[in-house]
Amino acid sequence: MSAALVLRGGRVVDPSQGLDGAADVLIEDGAVTACGAGLEAPEEARRMDVSGLVVTPGLIDMHVHLREPGQEYKETVESGTCAAAAGGFTAVACMPNTEPVNDDPSITEFILARAARAGRARVYPISAVTRGLEGRELTEFGAQRRAGAVAVSDDGRPVWNAALMRQALRYARHFDLPVIQHAEELELSGDGVMHEGAFSTRLGVEGIPGAADDVMVGRDLILTADTGGRYHLAHMSTARSLELIRGAKEGGHRVTSEVSAHHLLLCDEDVFDSGLDPDFRMHPPLRSADDRDALVAGIADGSIDAIASDHAPHHPDEKELDFVAAPNGVVGLETTLSLCLDRLVGKGVIDLTRLVELLSTAPARLLGIPGGSLAPGAAGDVTLIDLEREVEVDPAAFRSRSRNTPFAGWKLRGAPVGTIVGGRVIEPGWRIT
Amino acid sequence: MSGFRWQRGDLLGVAELSTEEIVHVLDTAESFVEVAARPIKKVPTLRGKTVINLFFEASTRTRSSFEIAEKRLSADNVNFSTSGSSLSKGETLLDTTRNLEAMAPDLVVIRHAHPRVPHGLAERVGAGVVNAGDGAHEHPTQALLDAFTIRRHKGRVEGLRVAIVGDVAHSRVVRSNVLCLRKLGAEVTIAGPRTMMPEQPEALGARVAWSLEEAISGADVIMMLRVQLERQARASFPSEREYFEFFGLTAGRLQAAADDVIIMHPGPMNRGIEIASEVADGPWSVILEQVANGVAVRMAVLYLLAGVKSGEGSA
Repeated sequence: MSAALVLRGGRVVDPSQGLDGAADVLIEDGAVTACGAGLEAPEEARRMDVSGLVVTPGLIDMHVHLREPGQEYKETVESGTCAAAAGGFTAVACMPNTEPVNDDPSITEFILARAARAGRARVYPISAVTRGLEGRELTEFGAQRRAGAVAVSDDGRPVWNAALMRQALRYARHFDLPVIQHAEELELSGDGVMHEGAFSTRLGVEGIPGAADDVMVGRDLILTADTGGRYHLAHMSTARSLELIRGAKEGGHRVTSEVSAHHLLLCDEDVFDSGLDPDFRMHPPLRSADDRDALVAGIADGSIDAIASDHAPHHPDEKELDFVAAPNGVVGLETTLSLCLDRLVGKGVIDLTRLVELLSTAPARLLGIPGGSLAPGAAGDVTLIDLEREVEVDPAAFRSRSRNTPFAGWKLRGAPVGTIVGGRVIEPGWRIT
Repeated sequence: MSGFRWQRGDLLGVAELSTEEIVHVLDTAESFVEVAARPIKKVPTLRGKTVINLFFEASTRTRSSFEIAEKRLSADNVNFSTSGSSLSKGETLLDTTRNLEAMAPDLVVIRHAHPRVPHGLAERVGAGVVNAGDGAHEHPTQALLDAFTIRRHKGRVEGLRVAIVGDVAHSRVVRSNVLCLRKLGAEVTIAGPRTMMPEQPEALGARVAWSLEEAISGADVIMMLRVQLERQARASFPSEREYFEFFGLTAGRLQAAADDVIIMHPGPMNRGIEIASEVADGPWSVILEQVANGVAVRMAVLYLLAGVKSGEGSA
């Protein structure tokens, strides 16, 4: 097995242990064996001086699109996990809307084999809820779980049939899998391409009302209450969805949610100001400033459980010129952490402990995967953060195969400087003595 | 217009135009009106210039109007029309743009179903770009010809009360007209069935009325928008009969407007749906003058734009 590694002199922020202070971390055979001040490390252990850095449990992005199999021109498991590691993520959960769809254990196994070969961030496949994402018949949740899937989702489209959603929530209970829903009432979103409001009005662009999300969330929460299933709302975008989720949580139902950095930091006015730049097009769309502000409050007060990038790579040719014709989605693996450090922690919206909860502790718990902690026995996955490092978002430098970000040129303070997976330093080849 | 010098190389929207620029286009158009009355309807102004009419959306009258304007200015023109976007043919808009660029036109007149495609094109080609309608966003030459027509009839635009009625949500005509008329100092009211109004109509910068009667009360100008019958399928209105009953302009309803009201319509009209024939063909109607003025205004626009970008020496 890999040799022991000790991280010395850092500031360890680990909400799972209620820890924020100077501590060393010892990793042996891929797992944390000790975490505390002034650790006695074995003689042969490699030593990393991480003084001046923040040491956190490895960050986990629970919503990414790796595009493989089928759309390797946009991203591959290898390029996507390189991007993840560069962005400070030691693990990602990947959505099943590939070609073919991950609706079969053979696809889950294929993705895991690719991830093992790449040897970067850990990959946790998410199975489709329905075969081919067609919304007709359930996939084999049990076989998928055995193969390594950690959740089920038809992300990219909703499970629109209420009876099928009810069955999915019921059946997933056998395997303790969360059903991750892309909540969208398709008839309400229609041909819309941006949030319906003052700015869509001025641009003459077909709008997507907030109700398109909210109606589906409301339906799903009723079904969740009735079935006792586990419901996770993907990419929350509206204030009203947040209210609905809050209510369900207060009612004691097994409901969780995530929000993307772009929905926390941008709104429909930014779409307008961009001149309909296709890199500002995604689903759900950037909502109103009021929605954005409500979501920020939602991460601060604990109503929203996780931040996920919804990393959705698209080839530059697909994002040229025409907003209406462009596909939905933006990349986020290499920007999310710095955006959160600068615009959320740096501005005092949340503290570092809360950010680590949102990006590590909670995703690990929700998906039932290793990590999310630096307590002895946890996976030896660590993210090293320099709070003072200044970076500028430069799409040309992305490890991802795609460049579609609305944050190009943003100057941010705070960045990942090291990613360790199972005790192996993955990124960026940190100085070891 | 002493001291004013036209410097704009593209006409993408009214949003970008200053009041001074709008007035300059209208003044320039005055000098082109008489060309249509000549026995030989041609001036040599754009001789040797190439204009491409790039229509990604079906259009008969706007394209014809531009074509006639180009021919009367002695430009060489080519029509490049595709029904549906070129993307459906497997060619990206960027490739279409590059192909165009290779043919070195001086001006490109573009209509596209999607907002701001002309703006993207203008950033990428050396030719001057004229927006002939981008989705429900802008249709600047329509707004300019409407303002021109109003000014010719009323002697001014400032202070006039203008009502625009119909499918506001899906109309590029209304967006450009509100911007243009407001810049020229008119009071603009928009109205239509709630299902045809955008989510936040006040964002367009006009007063909002919720009935035809309220909208046209005291109006000096009434502009009726074309009802797109295909939208009926999307439950924008239950029937043509009901639409006409509540939002159709009839002679009887006109009593509420100013005595010397003029009636406008961007065409093509649906008689008996948004406008009664007695109004469309009546003494108030300036609808055919709009069509005639459209040629003069487009001649003015092409004349002003030609040479601005190429004059900068760009390839």
